[in-house]
Amino acid sequence: MIWESASAFWAMGGYGLYVWGSFGMTALVMIGEAWWAKHAQRQAIRQLQTTAALDAAATNEWA
Amino acid sequence: MLSKFFYHYASPQHFYPLAGRLWPWFALGAAGLGLWGLWLGFFVAPTDFQQGEGYRIIFVHVPVSWMSMIIYLAMAFWALLGLTLNTRLSGMMCRALAPTGAICAFLSLWTGALWGKPMWGTWWVWDARLTSELILFFLYLGYIALTNAIEDPRRADKAGGILALVGALNVPVIYFSVKWWNTLHQGASVSLSRGSSMEQTMLTAMLVMALAFWLYTIAMALYRVRGIILHRERDAKWVRTLPDVAMVTNGGTK
Repeated sequence: MIWESASAFWAMGGYGLYVWGSFGMTALVMIGEAWWAKHAQRQAIRQLQTTAALDAAATNEWA
Repeated sequence: MLSKFFYHYASPQHFYPLAGRLWPWFALGAAGLGLWGLWLGFFVAPTDFQQGEGYRIIFVHVPVSWMSMIIYLAMAFWALLGLTLNTRLSGMMCRALAPTGAICAFLSLWTGALWGKPMWGTWWVWDARLTSELILFFLYLGYIALTNAIEDPRRADKAGGILALVGALNVPVIYFSVKWWNTLHQGASVSLSRGSSMEQTMLTAMLVMALAFWLYTIAMALYRVRGIILHRERDAKWVRTLPDVAMVTNGGTK
């Protein structure tokens, strides 16, 4: 192991703020993107289901 | 045989289930390589003799910067295909890639600023490399804004495609900026013609991380394009009969 202790690891030789600021923002943005994509997909499917249900209801009324 | 394969999957109807089957594998690969790359980058790669531990930003900065350029080129490729062959899927792929590209360009600037501050003493300089990357970020935002502003998807794809193609001229400017101008940004650590000037484990960690971001991008694009396909093909019969959608429909009729 190249680190003497956990605190040495987090300190990153005095560059902790810069290193963790970089990796932290990357992780945050990627999680946000994945969440947003999932939300968009679910919404697209829900929209389709709503129109399909409305269409089905309209056909039943006319039948 | 091969062209038959491409023609088959160039139709949104056939590409939708394929993308659905493929994206989890790319996501899994991205996660695995990402963990391996982080392990190499933080626990195996040695301290840099010049920059101490601060250099470790390279393991995210270089991959996202590469991806920001590669994704734009991929968009230009799809745009060219869409504009010349008029294939429907091209525009959708282009639009599925753009958000991930914008994110990579943003992260390139963000991690660059956090690296520049301790090493150069400044968050930002109007240097050729930094400025051209900023322009790339704006090109992504412009593409997203433009394609969202135009109602008709075909026209939106065309307008966006032209922006993607013209903007692609900026990519070689970014790449060669450190050669063409005297910049504060350092020259390439890895080059196709000269090989690498980095220590072996550092280089391996960086390449593994780059591959992880590449797979992540593909996973995101495949995932996102499915939503775009559903929205655009919402009136098509095949969409109505998809297992994801059909639950409600079947309950309604007879």
